[in-house]
Amino acid sequence: METDSENLIEIRDLMYSRGARVIFKGLNLTIKRGEITALMGPSGTGKTTLLRLITRQLVPQQGAIYVDGVDIATLNQRKLYQLRQCFGMLFQNGALLTDLNVFENVAFPLREHTKLTNRLIRHVVLTKLHAVGLRGAADMSPTELSGGMARRVALARAMVMDPDILIYDEPFVGLDPISMGVIVRLVRRMNDALGITSIIVSHDVAEVSTVADRSFLISDGKVAASGSPDELNKASSELVRQFMHGMADGPVAFHFDAPNYAEQLLGRDSE
Amino acid sequence: MTSVLRDIYNNVFEFVRTFGAFQLFFLRLIRHAPRMILRRPGLIIKQIYNTGALSLVIIMVCGFFVGGVLALQGYANMARVNMEDSVGMLVALALIKELGPVITALLFAGRAGTALASEIGLMKVTDQLSAMEMMAVNPVRRVLVPRFLGGVIAMPMLVAIFNCIGLYGAHVVSVNLLEVDVGAFYQQMQSTVKLIDIQEGIFKSVIFGIVASLIAVWEGYNTIPTAEGVGRATTRTVVITAITVLIFDFMITAVFL
Repeated sequence: METDSENLIEIRDLMYSRGARVIFKGLNLTIKRGEITALMGPSGTGKTTLLRLITRQLVPQQGAIYVDGVDIATLNQRKLYQLRQCFGMLFQNGALLTDLNVFENVAFPLREHTKLTNRLIRHVVLTKLHAVGLRGAADMSPTELSGGMARRVALARAMVMDPDILIYDEPFVGLDPISMGVIVRLVRRMNDALGITSIIVSHDVAEVSTVADRSFLISDGKVAASGSPDELNKASSELVRQFMHGMADGPVAFHFDAPNYAEQLLGRDSE
Repeated sequence: MTSVLRDIYNNVFEFVRTFGAFQLFFLRLIRHAPRMILRRPGLIIKQIYNTGALSLVIIMVCGFFVGGVLALQGYANMARVNMEDSVGMLVALALIKELGPVITALLFAGRAGTALASEIGLMKVTDQLSAMEMMAVNPVRRVLVPRFLGGVIAMPMLVAIFNCIGLYGAHVVSVNLLEVDVGAFYQQMQSTVKLIDIQEGIFKSVIFGIVASLIAVWEGYNTIPTAEGVGRATTRTVVITAITVLIFDFMITAVFL
């Protein structure tokens, strides 16, 4: 990362639609350097899509995304790959390479981008695996791991290059309470000790509240609310209260648009 | 009428678009190939093992029986004109020029092509290709090029093995079972099969290797990321490869005549 600007990622007037479905309509958002930022919102609001846009796996139809002051849409492939070496990303399902064992999965970025000796790679990989509690699983195949273990290995892989920005897509899903506590503390500790900027997409309001410095609640293609977890918890907006406290009634409908229930059960909707 | 014309236009447009994308995809593979050959030969050798060595059993079993049945048919039909000693020549020409490359390519599509397409498709479904992109590793270069080159290199070797085993199958049926004179069997073969026949077979095997591997990695890479999408990509790999190989076979044969 080249500049010392306080704002690491800036999203301006982002428009993105998939087919006829509009996902973002003028979204504005700023992620500050060195903070843990949480992106929250009801299912289907495009949180994972936003992560893919930030990392330019997708390209916005309008608007711009600046990473460290650079509009990422203008980067050629070589420069994009240089930028991505500053990113570490934890995918929802881990996305471990199934033809490599756990050790080689974590070693993969090192082998591709560095000329470190095997001995040094072994040191680094075992250190990272130890941090996520899976040093003993180094020789296992990804297919032998549980979902939670796979995500922990993926976390070790995401941090093996010591990235500047770590992106977590639903990091707490499928983790048992012990692993979750360890991972939450690890996220916090890495962020503070290494000066990393972290972005977390999660539905887990309770866990996110313990770790995030700032949260953005995304709804209807825009940022509906933002602030520290405490501020969001005390917010008076109905939408924020519904989401933060998990209430069924509120502006966000639990049910997808459908015809009248009784009419449909009686078969009158097709008449 | 307007809607029919629009449908035709859309289909033609889609076909031209896909064909163009397919050619660009091929050029991308070719562009990255020299770098991978020089810098990561280990990845290619691993894929030669996966596509070639693991296809050996099916290739050898089929080769033996194809050679055997050619000898049976050749002997039975040549006997009508008292030319049963020419069965060796018949089998050799049929195998080297035609059946060796074609049947090997069809078996390759069924065994290695489907494995390649489904493996790459599943990597896409499980975000492995996206993960590579995020690790600043080009998945076309790291995943597709070694698999493509592995298939291209393996195919001529598989064809050679298929032909050898086929000739051995013909030998067993003709010489051991039907008691064709062994001297006549090989003498006729040696005097009739020319270098150009072998060159035709090698040329076909290289072209079929490119075609079968290219279609497999293309279908895998363009899989719709669902379970159904992977199944469809696997099926399309076999069907499209079979049709394309037979069309190319016709064209190459016409050129070599």
